Amino acid sequence: MTERGSGPLHVVGQPLQKVDAGPKVTGAAVYADDIALPRMLFCKILRSALPHARILSVDPTVARRMPGVHTVITGQDLPIRFGILPVSQDERALEYEKVRYVGDPIAAVAAVDEETAEAACQAIRVEYEELKSIMSIDEALREPVDEPIHERANTRQPVNIHRLVAYEFGDVDAGFEKADYVREDIFFFQGNTHLPMEQHSAVANYVDGKLTLWSSTQVVHYVHRALSKTLELPMNRIRVIGATHGGGFGGKTDPFAHEVVVSKLAMLTGRPVKCTLTREEVFYTHRGRHPVLMWVRTGATRDGRITAMHFKSALDGGAYGSYGAASVFYTGTLQTVTYDIPAYRFEGCRVFTNKAPCGPKRGHGTPQPRFAIELHLEKIARDLGLDPVEMKRRNFVKPFTRAVNWLRITSCGLEECTDKVVEASGYRTRRRRPGHGMGFAISSYMSGAGTAIYWNDMPHSEVQLKVDRTGVTVYCGAMDIGQGSDSVLAHIVAEELGLQPRDVRLVTADTDLTPIDLGSYSSRVTFMAGNAALEAARKMRLLLVQAVAEKMGVGDQFEPIPVGGGQIGDFDFEQACVLAETKYGTLTTGGSYTPPRIGGPYKGSGVGPSPAYSYSAAVVDIDADDRTGIVTVNKVWLAHDIGRAINPLLVIGQIEGSVYMALGEALMEEQEYRKGRHKGPSMLEYKSPTFQDTPEIESFLVETIDPEGPYGAKEAGQGPLLPVIPAVNAALFDALGVWVDEVPMTPDKVLRALDRKTKGESPRYGPQKFPAIPYPELIRVEPPDPHDMRVGAELANA
Amino acid sequence: MRNIEREVQREVFALHVNGERIQVLVPVHKTLLEVLREDLGLTGTKHGCELGECGTCTVLIEGLPQLSCLVLPIQLENRRVTTVEGLTQGSHLHPLQQTFAELGAAQCGYCTPGMLLAAAALLESNRQPTRDQIREALAGNLCRCTGYSKIVEAVGAVHRAVT
Repeated sequence: MTERGSGPLHVVGQPLQKVDAGPKVTGAAVYADDIALPRMLFCKILRSALPHARILSVDPTVARRMPGVHTVITGQDLPIRFGILPVSQDERALEYEKVRYVGDPIAAVAAVDEETAEAACQAIRVEYEELKSIMSIDEALREPVDEPIHERANTRQPVNIHRLVAYEFGDVDAGFEKADYVREDIFFFQGNTHLPMEQHSAVANYVDGKLTLWSSTQVVHYVHRALSKTLELPMNRIRVIGATHGGGFGGKTDPFAHEVVVSKLAMLTGRPVKCTLTREEVFYTHRGRHPVLMWVRTGATRDGRITAMHFKSALDGGAYGSYGAASVFYTGTLQTVTYDIPAYRFEGCRVFTNKAPCGPKRGHGTPQPRFAIELHLEKIARDLGLDPVEMKRRNFVKPFTRAVNWLRITSCGLEECTDKVVEASGYRTRRRRPGHGMGFAISSYMSGAGTAIYWNDMPHSEVQLKVDRTGVTVYCGAMDIGQGSDSVLAHIVAEELGLQPRDVRLVTADTDLTPIDLGSYSSRVTFMAGNAALEAARKMRLLLVQAVAEKMGVGDQFEPIPVGGGQIGDFDFEQACVLAETKYGTLTTGGSYTPPRIGGPYKGSGVGPSPAYSYSAAVVDIDADDRTGIVTVNKVWLAHDIGRAINPLLVIGQIEGSVYMALGEALMEEQEYRKGRHKGPSMLEYKSPTFQDTPEIESFLVETIDPEGPYGAKEAGQGPLLPVIPAVNAALFDALGVWVDEVPMTPDKVLRALDRKTKGESPRYGPQKFPAIPYPELIRVEPPDPHDMRVGAELANA
Repeated sequence: MRNIEREVQREVFALHVNGERIQVLVPVHKTLLEVLREDLGLTGTKHGCELGECGTCTVLIEGLPQLSCLVLPIQLENRRVTTVEGLTQGSHLHPLQQTFAELGAAQCGYCTPGMLLAAAALLESNRQPTRDQIREALAGNLCRCTGYSKIVEAVGAVHRAVT
């Protein structure tokens, strides 16, 4: 293992401005929809107006004849199915057999302008045979009235079930027997969406048998693969370029129909074609937060130690697979890396419904169980007469241990994070006043998934460096989606070569020019691309130092040669480059990062392992009005174990953005359907927090210097969202003595809980029952030795 | 010529954008947002909804923030329009652009042009706004990345930076 953090640092740890801040504040940055190529045509997609229907016919005759229309394509032109996961290749760019949600693409037009394309779409005649739609988890678990949403080979389970999983780690029944107290709760987390400010957009150009696609995607590599499959073009004839990115949050991680469609249209017309989704289409494209119903049962000793936990989830997946086969695992897998659960049973289920497909949104599959678990433990603490913070603390995982489901924990700053927010907020010393409350919660998240989306043993990130007398260029497939991954790469390379980030040129997210990186999702870029960049930069530093050492006549004594401030030994950087180029010829180095194999010895162990976990703790301070049910958030304190902050300005930006997004989910954001249709596919109807709704956020960075992250860094983009949502609901109980066991915690739910309290009923609003789900037989897994930190071959052969 | 066979009513409009007088021949129903982006190449102005809901396409008309997706060129005779490109003097950044960059107020940067213009209008009328005044003035502009904190900080920092 390479040494990943040594010596005094000059650039890493500095709160420097982002390397791409200039173009972003001047309007010079080119986003996908800003691209205009000569002779470019515009594409519009005809989408289903029905939630569930067989397509009897699609007739584009009239549309084709319309002036200004160049080409109309339908499902037969793009019959090959695709999907982000190899196990869920269930989408077509244009569907011709049946539609499964309002918004499912059916046909596409390339025309001289958007208006003409739109008019042509309206002129396409589609004949449907409408089918009974399935709009809830309960409906999906019943036999369908007409037919299942997808044809399923496995008929042993209800036909609209997409995935079922069931595991037991350790002896759960024995654990419950040891408990002094056992409690069950049911929670519901409503779905919500990413709502990036930028609508998805893609531009394709096909020249000389080669396709180029610019897109607002989070992962150029996955788009590359999907285009190759659906267009039947070899990958070497496709180039995918990530345009400046206007916000993702997980919503631009799947390959999308419009990307395939514009590519096909460019190939057919021989002209560049652009498709920019309308805001309404963005709501249908979705892939956002799954609605999840959860049931949890936990046993604890009198002093609050967890003895066993049984957790069940049911995910409403919407119409297609997307990341869902992974999402269902994520609702169960990370409970064990925050709390030491000696015996754990997890049963998960994802169903298909006739709604826009759900997928990964910031925290992917974990905000829902985090909400449930934190509130559930809060209730247990109160039942046992314990302080919730203290009780949770008694169960915190310890650094450098292995969880019951084999996940390996390295650095862990939970204790310190908790101290920071509890002290700064005055959580324990506050003066009580009516309607005022505070809530506390913790969380953890992965620094990148330890397993690739499609099975392979190759590196997850690769970086190349080119150095010559004109400067330094970094090549990496990672996409900066605004989080600042380009800046992180520049920081790391600058640190190693004794430069400043602004001295480093970046070429990123371009499949022709950059080596593969698996993209910006799963909080993986700082950790994985960062480690690859560090390796490449250290190799380059060695070449430069060797050349300088030779010139200085110090032979192999490299160590005393200082690198920094634009100098390498007695030479400035440019002179050092001349020396090294003279000595070695072209100066290029490469670095790559492959995460260690961490998963336990059981099938399904690939979801959840990460080389390192971040930790967060939050306190939320609210005022709740018992007449209106309105909750006003006064302040949020959030401490985050970042490992090491490579650029603290960017880390705090990620924390503040996460807290804000969490408050939106906690209090107002929801993706609701009525009569098969999205209730409000617009930014006015889909409520999200404005400046006025967003409180002061005080952030604390806790640095635990992880042994495997670059300079000890871990993730920051997703973890800080997680504790905020349950902390809001805990604060409501603190303020008004009622539980809202549902997200979002809208005023009507608060009032209904208060109403029940007034009537002397259980002071709670939330789901009443968890459905009977035909979970399969449990896969029973022996827990590991909690001190066994082995990974890879060592672990596999053990 | 586009759409020669469809009857689209076009007119010549005299616009005054970022200090330049420009004539455009466009369909009468084309919005200012579309004219800026498609006819004048001013793609710094972004769009998030094209329904007047998100604030992303904010420009200044006679110094006041307006949603360019809801404005038609016919409304603009003899009125000065400023876009994000017009904030920069040559290659010299506006103080707001400077503080936005330095303090991390732009993450993905997509809402940034609209934010900058709404903030510039605020500072024109109130050189030293309070935190609450900033939050109120910018409340019509949505941002999904920053949690707004750094934007408030950046607007508040301009006064300190220039004095």
